Amino acid sequence: MRPDRAPWWLKAMAGGGLLFLHLPILLIFVYAFSSEAKTFVWPPPGFTLQWFGRAWARPDIWEALSLSLRVALIATLVALVLGTLCAAAVARTRFFGREAVSLLVVLPIALPGIITGISLRSAFSLADIPFSFWTIVLGHATFCIVVVYNNAVARFRRVSGNLIEASMDLGATYGQTLRHVILPNIATALLAGGMLAFALSFDEVIVTTFTAGQQATLPIWMLEELVRPRERPVTNVVAMVVVLVTLLPILGAYYLTRGTETVAGSGK
Amino acid sequence: MTAAVSFRGVSRHFGTVKAVDGVDLDIAEGEFFAMLGPSGSGKTTCLRLIAGFETPTAGRIELFGEDVSGRPPYRRAVNTVFQDYALFPHLNVLDNVAYGLMIAGVPKAERRRRAEEALSMMALPGYGGRKPSELSGGQRQRVALARALVNRPRVLLLDEPLGALDLKLREQMQDELKTLQRKVGITFVFVTHDQGEALSMADRVAVFNEGRIQQVGSPEEVYARPRTRFVADFVGGSNVLHPGVAALFGGRPAWASLRPEALRLGPPEGARITGVVTAARYLGAATRLVVDLGAGAPPDGRSDVAVLVPGGHPVPAPGTRVGLAWDAEALHPMATE
Repeated sequence: MRPDRAPWWLKAMAGGGLLFLHLPILLIFVYAFSSEAKTFVWPPPGFTLQWFGRAWARPDIWEALSLSLRVALIATLVALVLGTLCAAAVARTRFFGREAVSLLVVLPIALPGIITGISLRSAFSLADIPFSFWTIVLGHATFCIVVVYNNAVARFRRVSGNLIEASMDLGATYGQTLRHVILPNIATALLAGGMLAFALSFDEVIVTTFTAGQQATLPIWMLEELVRPRERPVTNVVAMVVVLVTLLPILGAYYLTRGTETVAGSGK
Repeated sequence: MTAAVSFRGVSRHFGTVKAVDGVDLDIAEGEFFAMLGPSGSGKTTCLRLIAGFETPTAGRIELFGEDVSGRPPYRRAVNTVFQDYALFPHLNVLDNVAYGLMIAGVPKAERRRRAEEALSMMALPGYGGRKPSELSGGQRQRVALARALVNRPRVLLLDEPLGALDLKLREQMQDELKTLQRKVGITFVFVTHDQGEALSMADRVAVFNEGRIQQVGSPEEVYARPRTRFVADFVGGSNVLHPGVAALFGGRPAWASLRPEALRLGPPEGARITGVVTAARYLGAATRLVVDLGAGAPPDGRSDVAVLVPGGHPVPAPGTRVGLAWDAEALHPMATE
């Protein structure tokens, strides 16, 4: 049965909701082109591309961007390895405390970032670990593991265990089975999990403030800029970059995991 | 001649569960062998022990005289057709069939040729480019068979091979599997809970119950001369007669089996045994009657017997008193219990 057409007020409310969610972001985009440097004036007195040039020429932005990209990349790689292994253990085997492990792995994403941040900070100082690039990576890895784990565990559960036995029955060793059967079947889930992890890490603020020393990732740099503004529109230009860098992987992850309801290898 | 598969005192215990418990078994080369039993009887675990997915907790498993007890599945000349077929969803049909050859390092052109040959043999020529998800259940089964046979295993294991098919396809595949086995000439070991399947396809049948083998023999032997009450009951619903009732029928006072089709109805006058018909079930080719002998029911046995009346014979209505006739050799005393 075809659903009835939505009444006009429902459409209006849906439109209002979308505006509420996205108008502020659009405003930031518009302000990136504003010719007014000090304050947010509406409507912008004029439009200019000069802030893109200014942003391009600022070494502190490049430094922050490079740090953010490197942190996100390494944290994602760490999460891919650990999250996948965790998922394989939980989905493929039975052991005492399996449910508890499954809960504990997911916990960091449910905990407020500030708790994760404070506890990591005190742990680092207790162990006398100086703040560095690697402490940021470790902090990010805690929640990146969760998204990789969640994606991987769902896929592992859908890949029939018989596939692994079938592969070994046909002469493949553990290594060959991993390469020819397991990885091809979980690849899209890992890619999706990795992209989400990357996006999460790239715009993370709270945990980063507790685990970074003097270094500033891009979101931290923006926060500092807002407190003592020099060239407001430059911040807006950077904001656009952050939106794009996080949005693209999220869209990618969405397309990779959609339309995979059928159970791989269930055979019926 | 060395057996293709032999079990020597093989057990597989999972904690306190004795899935397989002290099994001795020899399967000859070229034999079509069925492992029959209810679920949880240990038949599937035995198959997995042959394949190498399980290792025995006690005993020895030999393939063609070689001890393989601790050998992983990828080092055994055995291939399996899984119950749910376990086709690789990310590979097309041709690559599925060629998987074992690819792993074995067979050059691409040759493995392609051999995989296509195997598909033709399974009446699936030209299906190589499809994904397993685009095939019907029967076609998937053929692909699974081709994928296993293309490696030229010395033993083919089939786990409930017809379980997922509908009735008509199942009967057709029974004939095809039998023909296929004769054509390729290798040992087939298949697991089933369907006694009809086991009796119609296998050269020999092993009947499993609670981790042990109750009887091994040709289908005729297992059907006509069950060794235990379990076999008599599980393989085709024979009448299991209490020692007291067996004596009534002129046998030794021991548990005995008497097949329903071996009993004939007659007039009650002058008959050695009479009874009252209590129920009738029409089966198409025959009618199955339950006749109460009323001979003082023994404590742990039944005093009624099933009688199969072939089509075309008059069927007495429930409540009618009838006489029973049978051939003395049809009464088969059972060795144990």
